[in-house]
Amino acid sequence: MSALLKTEGLTLAFGGLVVANGIDFELHEGERLAVIGQNGAGKTTFINICTGLLRPSAGRVEFDGVDITGKSPRHIVRRGMARSFQLPQLFLDHSVRQCLELAGMARQSRMPWWRSLASSADAREVDRVLELVNLRARQHEPASNLPEGQRKLLDVAMSLMLEPRLLIMDEPTSGVSSEEKHGVMEIVMGALEEKKVTAIFVEHDVDIVRRYATRVAAWISGGIAADGSPDTVLADANVRREVLGE
Amino acid sequence: MRLSMIVATVAGVALLITGLSMPWLKIPLILSFCYGMAALGIGVLLRAGQISFGHAMYACISGYVVAYLSSHFRGLDGALLIILGTLASIAVGMLVGAFVVRYREIFFGMLNLAISMVLFTVLGKFYAYTGGTDGLRVQRPTLFGFELGRTEFESALLVLAVILSLAVIWGVQRYFRSSAGEALAAIKTNETRLEYLGVSAKLLLWQGYVLSAGLCGLAGSLFGLSQGLVTPEMGYWLRSGEFVFIAILGGSGHAVGAFVGALLYEFLKMYAAALVSGAWQMILGVTLIVIIYFLPKGLVGLLSERRKALRGDA
Repeated sequence: MSALLKTEGLTLAFGGLVVANGIDFELHEGERLAVIGQNGAGKTTFINICTGLLRPSAGRVEFDGVDITGKSPRHIVRRGMARSFQLPQLFLDHSVRQCLELAGMARQSRMPWWRSLASSADAREVDRVLELVNLRARQHEPASNLPEGQRKLLDVAMSLMLEPRLLIMDEPTSGVSSEEKHGVMEIVMGALEEKKVTAIFVEHDVDIVRRYATRVAAWISGGIAADGSPDTVLADANVRREVLGE
Repeated sequence: MRLSMIVATVAGVALLITGLSMPWLKIPLILSFCYGMAALGIGVLLRAGQISFGHAMYACISGYVVAYLSSHFRGLDGALLIILGTLASIAVGMLVGAFVVRYREIFFGMLNLAISMVLFTVLGKFYAYTGGTDGLRVQRPTLFGFELGRTEFESALLVLAVILSLAVIWGVQRYFRSSAGEALAAIKTNETRLEYLGVSAKLLLWQGYVLSAGLCGLAGSLFGLSQGLVTPEMGYWLRSGEFVFIAILGGSGHAVGAFVGALLYEFLKMYAAALVSGAWQMILGVTLIVIIYFLPKGLVGLLSERRKALRGDA
């Protein structure tokens, strides 16, 4: 089976600090990859390169067999790779529903001038995604009213409205209380399953990694130090010492 | 029709009747409607979180086009002059917009100011074509085929100003509620997310910019016809500042806000000048401070808050 996402020799340095050290990586359809690593290991840089925010100094990124190296985020999103953020990126002056409606219109590549947003957007799809992320009750509230956990869910939901093939989530549970973390991940993973979306998620919580990932990649100093099943990677001595701090 | 549009129509008709029955009010009212259209142009940009200190140039461009055509093509009707003046502003807005939408906030505002000052200087220096600082006279044209005297012409312009203002409020409000309008407002809160939805924020802002140039152009065409004279002062940065002042005063939450602000501004200016002739700007300044401090969403924000309170949403 050909890879959905593939990188070859991905390299980037900020001055003397190497943040991507010749990364060769493949992700296949249906995988749930957890990316783990200490702060500064290069996890977010890897995501930023794949999603077009940063251009690598060497190497290439392929998505679904197409070279997307250095392409703009807009171009990459339209190819089917969506992203959610460590700090949720929402339209805070809009209602929860409008955020999803705008994402739905973006998916259709249509922004009509005359018809209202509510009547142009696919109401059934918006309702379906609201149900998936459990935000129906708050759909008419401004996005700014939501607590952090629900902001994370809305951030993911906006990406799901794009019907992506791959969703990359940067720390979907950071800033969420430890009691809520599993609830948030349960909803996110349920939505991904329903939508048949392949996913990469950066995560620090080992319990969450063990429970929701089908594969784990451990980042150390801008490179992948270990890659495999959760049991194998989390048992790796180097990972336990350098990443988990044991 | 929404309640706000019904209220705007009733208010527009009331102002029209007032203007027609009190002839001295005609010109201040026409100017208020012109200012309202131009301020609404600024309001479109404010919704995207941007501000322009140079949009008077678009009113100036259309004013000069109207003046030039009215002198050199005497048979052109006033309605056609308004359309051609507005189209000229839209055309320039498309070109300038393609450049300035790459910038945001203070850079966006100052670039517009800089371009408007280039136009101001060109108009002042090329005397042979522009009449220099004396400007150009606008020859009174026919209006919808009718040859009108000064008084009737002003009355007809007032009627036209009210109709155009109502049409503009309705159309722009529809745009604000449309997908493109809501996405434009999203530039203000999160341009990054727009890009990560696959939407070009630059294209959205460019569309809004062209609309704003067109609104200022429409205002400039009417202004030129009502004043009978256009000068480079029409495009001076202080005039752009007035548009910004009115847009903030009225608020950009609803298209009607710009017109509420314009009426208040025009009459505040008129009475402030009569009361304290040497320091009328001070009264305007204090008004703006009070508005910004107590009503950051402008006067129209006050109305929407009251509506929410009446509905029990607040």
